[in-house]
Amino acid sequence: MSPAELVTGNEACARAALAAGCRFYGGYPITPSSEIAEFMVSALPDVDGVFIQMEDEIASLAAVIGASLAGMKAMTATSGPGFSLMQEHIGFAAMAEVPCVVVNVMRGGPSTGLPTSPSQGDVMQARWGSHGDRPAIVLAPASVREVFDETVRAFNLAERFRTPVIVLYDEVIGHTAEGVVLPDQVPIEHRARPECNPEDFVAKAAPPDGVPPLPAFGDGYRFHVTGLSHDERGLPSDDGRNAEALAQRLQAKVDARTDELTHIETLGLDDAELAVFGYGIVGRSARAAVETARAEGRKVGLIRPITLWPFPHKEIAAVAEKVDRLIVAEMNLGQLIGEVERAAAGRTEIVGHLRCHGEPITPDDLTAVIGAHDRAPSLEVVGSWAGGVR
Amino acid sequence: MTDVKPTSTAPPTADGRGSDATAYLRQWAMPHVLCPGCAHGIVLRSCLEAVGQLGLDPDKVAMVAGIGCSSRLVAYADFCTLHGTHGRAPAFATGLKLARPELHVIVVTGDGDGLAIGGNHLIHAARRNIDITVMMLNNSIYGMTGGQVAPTTREGAIASTAPAGNSERPFDACRLLVGAGASYVARVLAATPIEMTKTLADAMAHSGFAFVEIISDCPEYYGRYNRLGGGAEMLTRMTREGDGVAVALAEKRFVDHVPPSAAPAGLATGVLHREQAPVYGGVRRREVG
Repeated sequence: MSPAELVTGNEACARAALAAGCRFYGGYPITPSSEIAEFMVSALPDVDGVFIQMEDEIASLAAVIGASLAGMKAMTATSGPGFSLMQEHIGFAAMAEVPCVVVNVMRGGPSTGLPTSPSQGDVMQARWGSHGDRPAIVLAPASVREVFDETVRAFNLAERFRTPVIVLYDEVIGHTAEGVVLPDQVPIEHRARPECNPEDFVAKAAPPDGVPPLPAFGDGYRFHVTGLSHDERGLPSDDGRNAEALAQRLQAKVDARTDELTHIETLGLDDAELAVFGYGIVGRSARAAVETARAEGRKVGLIRPITLWPFPHKEIAAVAEKVDRLIVAEMNLGQLIGEVERAAAGRTEIVGHLRCHGEPITPDDLTAVIGAHDRAPSLEVVGSWAGGVR
Repeated sequence: MTDVKPTSTAPPTADGRGSDATAYLRQWAMPHVLCPGCAHGIVLRSCLEAVGQLGLDPDKVAMVAGIGCSSRLVAYADFCTLHGTHGRAPAFATGLKLARPELHVIVVTGDGDGLAIGGNHLIHAARRNIDITVMMLNNSIYGMTGGQVAPTTREGAIASTAPAGNSERPFDACRLLVGAGASYVARVLAATPIEMTKTLADAMAHSGFAFVEIISDCPEYYGRYNRLGGGAEMLTRMTREGDGVAVALAEKRFVDHVPPSAAPAGLATGVLHREQAPVYGGVRRREVG
């Protein structure tokens, strides 16, 4: 073990990427993520990696995909406006099944928004931002140490599932320095490579787990990669049934392993009558508020998803079954609360605490919300969430 | 459909006139999508012949394309082939080349793909002098989407989105690329395939960013809308009087250029610019010694 040290979220992200085997970074400057690029440009040459600053975020993810097809683990990092531009290639990477990691250090939106302020306004874009149906793996760490662990996991999941994986945290986590002990060794996974002879290789023939092996360009397997709907050979096909089967396979390879992907922190749910749902930095405030409430003898619990997508429907439903009321706190005007409503399906009352004022939701904020809703129903709710299943 | 396997590649002949392009052709990917009379197939043949003349190992050749008729060509080449997104091929190719420098990376793009939606990526790849070869097939129009006006459509020409004639000025792609810093710039006609093969081989052998604009044809849309005849007529016309962008470029000349015999008078074809410049390979460990 290394000694404890003071590390920011963005530095932890870069160091985790290097530990996980990332050897290519293609990016474009944007606040509040730029420190990741600045760390990578210094560190990559020492590990025989390559860094390039591209002409925009579209090109950044294109270069990352090109590098990944050449066999390198590759990443980019950005914030909201750049994340919007990357949607084109997040979709491409999902369709062509190219492992890559995209880090989005969220800031206030829409548009250029609040460049140096935190937000959680991109959680639905991370799931649905590109056109068409695709699987999504989105990880939402809540602390510097968790940024490290989840970034490592992102690389491993990208390799295991041959799909883009998104690490989503906000400006506060990115810029806050915390005392942490970071591990010297991390678990490392590599994409499956074909074991057959090159002449027998069928590029998109999937084994039972739905993830075809992927050779690197230049390894002697000559194959075609396309964002068009394609057949098993990897060649374009406009056959609708084939297209549907492909879309279903891409979705199923992730969905079928939701349990293995789901990471959740919970606290006090055994006896909770009221629970708080929060993720990222808000989840951390929620934990502090729940601990305070429990110290006062209140029966309050916490549910903090670390994996945002695939969404932990089963776990939310179980909590909804137990508690009288579920407070959903997030730094937007109501995004994941709709998914929570869907999972809860009327089993409990959902209350939103929804802010996009450019400051984190604090433990004190949530202590007040818990206090209000632990006593009596129908007190003031901050934010504009009207309730109901979307 | 997994019963048809890729053919093994016998070493192609290198007799100078034309290697056996079929050795590098993915015959199992046929039939192709090109229209009758489209010269893009001639261009693919020249490209594969050029690879053969250079004796490149097909396992070490990667072709990267964007979106459009020209970009569909890469699926028929028996290399590692990447059919990316509209206009972004130079960016995909940049990542690929930096991550695996021993690959010979050839980008195939069109005039809409390369100059409109992908113009930014093209000029920045040129500026960095990434060691790749870009073949830009210029047929003066958006073919795949049905004949819309392109940044290369000459003034006055008819397109589906310029029904009264185009009133925008076209790009001179070669001048643009010289200005952007490309270390090799050439223009050839699809109607002169032997010249084209030689130029493509020359471009592929160049160390640094090599750009070859290939004047191709689109009889289905550009030819039909502008009453230029079928493929054969368009190619014949191309060698005599220029066609499409060629006409628009006829008055622009590069001072250091020697036009090859088959080029129409005044049209700047051949190698228009060549320099030795440092190749960019990203920020990486410096070679020792």
